[in-house]
Amino acid sequence: MTAMNMIQALNSALDVMLAKDPNVLVFGQDVGYFGGVFRATEGLQKKHGMTRCFDAPIAESGLVAVGIGMSVYGLRPVVEIQFADYIYPAYDQIVSEAARIRYRSGGDFHVPLTIRTPYGGGIYGGQTHSQSPEALFTHVTGLKTVVPSNPRDAKGLLISAIEDNDPVIFLEPKRLYSGPFDGYHDRPVQPWSKHGLSEVPDGYYSVPLGEAAVVREGSAVTVLCYGTMVHVALAAAEATGIDAEIIDLRTLIPLDIKAIVRSVQKTGRCVVAHEATQTSGYGAELSALVQEHCFYHLEAPVQRVTGWDTPYPHAFEWDYFPGPDRVAEGMRRALAS
Amino acid sequence: MRNRGTLSLHIPEPHNRPGDAPDFSNILIPPAGALERPPIDANARALSPYAYTLIRVLDAEGRAVGAWNPHLEPQALIKGLHDMMLTRAFDERMYRVQRQGKISFYVKSTGEEAVSVAAAHAVEASDMCFPAYRQQGFLIARGYPLIDMMCQCFSNVRDPIKGRQLPVMYSASSHNFFTVSGNLGTQFPQAVGWAMASAYKNDDRIAVSFIGDGTTAEGDFHHALNFAAVYRAPVVLNVVNNQWAISSFNGIACGEEATFAARAIGYGLPGLRVDGNDFLAVYAAEQWAAERARANLGATLIEHYTYRAEAHSTSDDPSRYRPTDEWQAWPLGDPVARLKQHLIHIGAWSEAEHQALSDEIATLTRETQREAETIGTLATGSRPAKATMFEDVYEEIPWHLQAQMKEAGV
Ligand SMILES: Cc1ncc(C[n+]2csc(CCOP(=O)(O)OP(=O)(O)O)c2C)c(N)n1
Ligand SMILES: [Mg+2]
Repeated sequence: MTAMNMIQALNSALDVMLAKDPNVLVFGQDVGYFGGVFRATEGLQKKHGMTRCFDAPIAESGLVAVGIGMSVYGLRPVVEIQFADYIYPAYDQIVSEAARIRYRSGGDFHVPLTIRTPYGGGIYGGQTHSQSPEALFTHVTGLKTVVPSNPRDAKGLLISAIEDNDPVIFLEPKRLYSGPFDGYHDRPVQPWSKHGLSEVPDGYYSVPLGEAAVVREGSAVTVLCYGTMVHVALAAAEATGIDAEIIDLRTLIPLDIKAIVRSVQKTGRCVVAHEATQTSGYGAELSALVQEHCFYHLEAPVQRVTGWDTPYPHAFEWDYFPGPDRVAEGMRRALAS
Repeated sequence: MRNRGTLSLHIPEPHNRPGDAPDFSNILIPPAGALERPPIDANARALSPYAYTLIRVLDAEGRAVGAWNPHLEPQALIKGLHDMMLTRAFDERMYRVQRQGKISFYVKSTGEEAVSVAAAHAVEASDMCFPAYRQQGFLIARGYPLIDMMCQCFSNVRDPIKGRQLPVMYSASSHNFFTVSGNLGTQFPQAVGWAMASAYKNDDRIAVSFIGDGTTAEGDFHHALNFAAVYRAPVVLNVVNNQWAISSFNGIACGEEATFAARAIGYGLPGLRVDGNDFLAVYAAEQWAAERARANLGATLIEHYTYRAEAHSTSDDPSRYRPTDEWQAWPLGDPVARLKQHLIHIGAWSEAEHQALSDEIATLTRETQREAETIGTLATGSRPAKATMFEDVYEEIPWHLQAQMKEAGV
């Protein structure tokens, strides 16, 4: 075990997989010699060689397409898109190709590609360094979508993603890279080293895709969340004293519906929280599923706490970010009726 | 016989990394004034050699030589020097302001000021510019108020774009300067579309756009060239080859065999390669391309060969990936120093006048900063009203956003 922040844990996952499997390649903009703008690939080129971890042209569509071609050959490429906000040029390759190749070829070909990308706000990055586009991927059948919330999960989930035989969108909450940010932007953020889940096994291990984690047990209300919002929800429960059960979904597709149903049947109340915009967001899917599976257990309408339906405005970082106060307000609404 | 040897994957690497001595001996630099200036209606195919050389006007002694000399009046040259110096001073000041925590981010254009400034001088004020994020010099050369640029960086109540974007993402329709996008390359084909519209309307205005060397790898770059060629769009397409795209040298963007200007050849467009630190050469190439576009002869791709003297942005540390003193060794020098030398050479400028201008600019930027900070900075929290964050998503605010405004308490 070593105490790692999230970047170090991701780096360790890539390191382990590069060593374990010669078919794993890591590439993307600035990931080679430099080690990535967030340092996730630092030292990997030097350790594993030029052809295992290298720089790529600024062409997201090309990056993903080349990754697909390599996958078809039999490799397990891990592509980095520098910010999720820049993934859109690759959307056609992801939606029409990576996600469908298994189906359209009748299982003849498949694409074991992992696309890593930092997402989310809280860094004063303005609208092109802050977006949360997960719903654009969860809506696409054939893709898996993963969002870790701590170093230990980050490493174990990334290893599972790389070993998975289907394309995986691996969304990294960049605000959590250095510490478990809980939305209280005016307080210092603890380093990961003070957090239990920064104890990361050094070698190979995996966290299976499709399993949620109950990060706080409670009986009053269920909060469904992922990424940065896990820590925000924990802070909201702490601040209000509301006995919330907080579920870190960890994998959006495939979703751990059993964990959700078990919890909501117990609490009878549910809040869904994400940073992404509300309309047609993943929270809408969660809300619908809870309604379908738990209707007779629900005491109140499912509440959504999300980013506003605007682009992420630079000067309004903390008015936009759905912090602990807004999650608390959502919990109160769910408890009101 | 078929070659059955095993294959190996090539990964390009720059010549110099941290710890190496800067070495630009591989760069071919033809003497200034060596090239003919072809007629503006020259056949694109005949122009292909211009994609592999460098159009240069200023020689080592500061003389303007050869057929590409645009023969500008001293006053125009002094204005060019002024705008480049103002751009550099503005960049310095905003960089320091970022370091003081008053703004979130900044991008300097140090060392490549001639590209934006000379291009702005060579086209008409009514021509439409579709910039990348490093064209502050273009906006400054068009006389956009410095105070508005600073207020944009401060995201304060006077920020013309209402605090919506990171610093340097200006928008100035009043100065025919399109809103800067953080998503690389998108502006290039948009400029072509604007130019097609101008042609459709039998207008006489042209479009001018800029893109970084790294960004030419995006599909949008290629869409721009293809549409421009197909419709003979009146547009000047500029690649700012400052050698680096964050930590990636330009061989990652286009391989080590071709030039960026040569990208034009396959599309049937003229591609000119220019000494980007030579104000006169940039001006001349831009003017040639603008005249050609205005004569209904279509688009030109211009590669400006320059060097990104500073970090990519305030988030970057170039000492991690390139020799720190590379810029000092850059064989094409400093655009400000070269234009100054030329002005002194022709007797239109002196060290004393240069110092006076430098002082004047320092005072102007300092006072403008003071004025902007009085209005507010990101740190002082003087922002546009919170309700404005829900405006401009649509022309009219739909019910669901109105509901969210209420929830947000505005
Ligand atoms: C579509 C997209 N991909 C990636 C990025 C991240 N990014 C911002 S600037 C940059 C490098 C651009 O280099 P270049 O085009 O050479 O322009 P320069 O910074 O040198 O002016 C990258 C990769 C982005 N902004 N947009
Ligand atoms: Mg560049």
